[in-house]
Amino acid sequence: MHSFGYRLNGLLTFSVTILAIMCAITSLSDNLNTPSPSAEIQVMNINWFQKQPQGNDEVSLTMNISADLQTLFTWNTKQLFIFVAAEYKTPKNSLNQVSLWDAIIPSKEHAKFWIHTSNKYRFVDQGNNLRGKEFNLTLHWHVMPKTGKMFADKIVLTGYSFPEEYR
Amino acid sequence: MKEGRSLSDIFSLFASPLHFHMDWQGQKLAEQIMQIMLLVSAVIAFVAGYVLGSFQVMMIVYAGGVTLTALITVPNWPFFNHHPLNWLDPSEAEKHPKPQVTVSSKKKGSKK
Repeated sequence: MHSFGYRLNGLLTFSVTILAIMCAITSLSDNLNTPSPSAEIQVMNINWFQKQPQGNDEVSLTMNISADLQTLFTWNTKQLFIFVAAEYKTPKNSLNQVSLWDAIIPSKEHAKFWIHTSNKYRFVDQGNNLRGKEFNLTLHWHVMPKTGKMFADKIVLTGYSFPEEYR
Repeated sequence: MKEGRSLSDIFSLFASPLHFHMDWQGQKLAEQIMQIMLLVSAVIAFVAGYVLGSFQVMMIVYAGGVTLTALITVPNWPFFNHHPLNWLDPSEAEKHPKPQVTVSSKKKGSKK
C-alpha cells in the first residue's frame, strides 16, 4: 500500500469483489419469497377455423385473460415475461405447444390485469388434427431479476376444446 | 565507489513531492481502514436495500460508502505519517564505514 496507485487499485478491486458478493446474496434472497399467483382465461369466441391450402389447420380465437401476479415481484425483480400457450396432443406429437400471446409486465402495479384480445401469434397445427380436439391453455411466467437467477413457472387451465367442424 | 544501489538511495526517491507515500504504520492503518469501511458499507447498503425493498437504494448507499472510503484511505493524509522512519543522510553514512567481512584466502594474504 505504498503508493496512491496501489491503494486506489486495492480499493477498486476489493469494492468490486464485495459488490459481486452482495449481488449473489440479493439473488439468494429471492428464494425467501413464496408467491401465490392466480389466473383465468376464457375463450370468448372462435373467430374462424379453417384448413390452409398446405393442409394445416389454423384457428383464430378471442380470449379474455385476467391474472393477479403481484406476489411474484420482489425487490430484485426487473420485469415479468408472461405468455399464454395452447397445449394439446396429436398422433404425430405427444405434446404440441403453441404460443398465442405474450407480454412484459414492468412493475408490480401492472401485474394485476385483465385483457380482451385475439391471439397475437397465429395458431397453426402441424397437420389437420384440431377438429373436436381438447386443449389446455397455460399461462407461463419468467421472473427476470435485476441480478442473479431467473425463475419460471406456470398455471395450467384445462377444459377447452375446438369445434367439430370448420367455420 | 558505490557497490550498488542501497536501500537508502531507492527510498530517497519517495522524498520528492510527486509521490504520495505513507510511512509503514500508516500503510497498515490505511489498509485496515479500507477493508473495514468497505465491508461495513456493504452491510449497511444491503440491509437498507432489503428493508426498503429497493435495489437502487442499496446501490447508491454502497457507492457512497466506496467514495467515502476512497477519500479517507487513498490520499496520504497527515495522520498516516505519524511514525516516519528517518533514513540516515548519505554524507553522514560515509563517515561510518560498513564493517568488512574478513575472507581468509590460502592463495594470498588478506588485502584491503
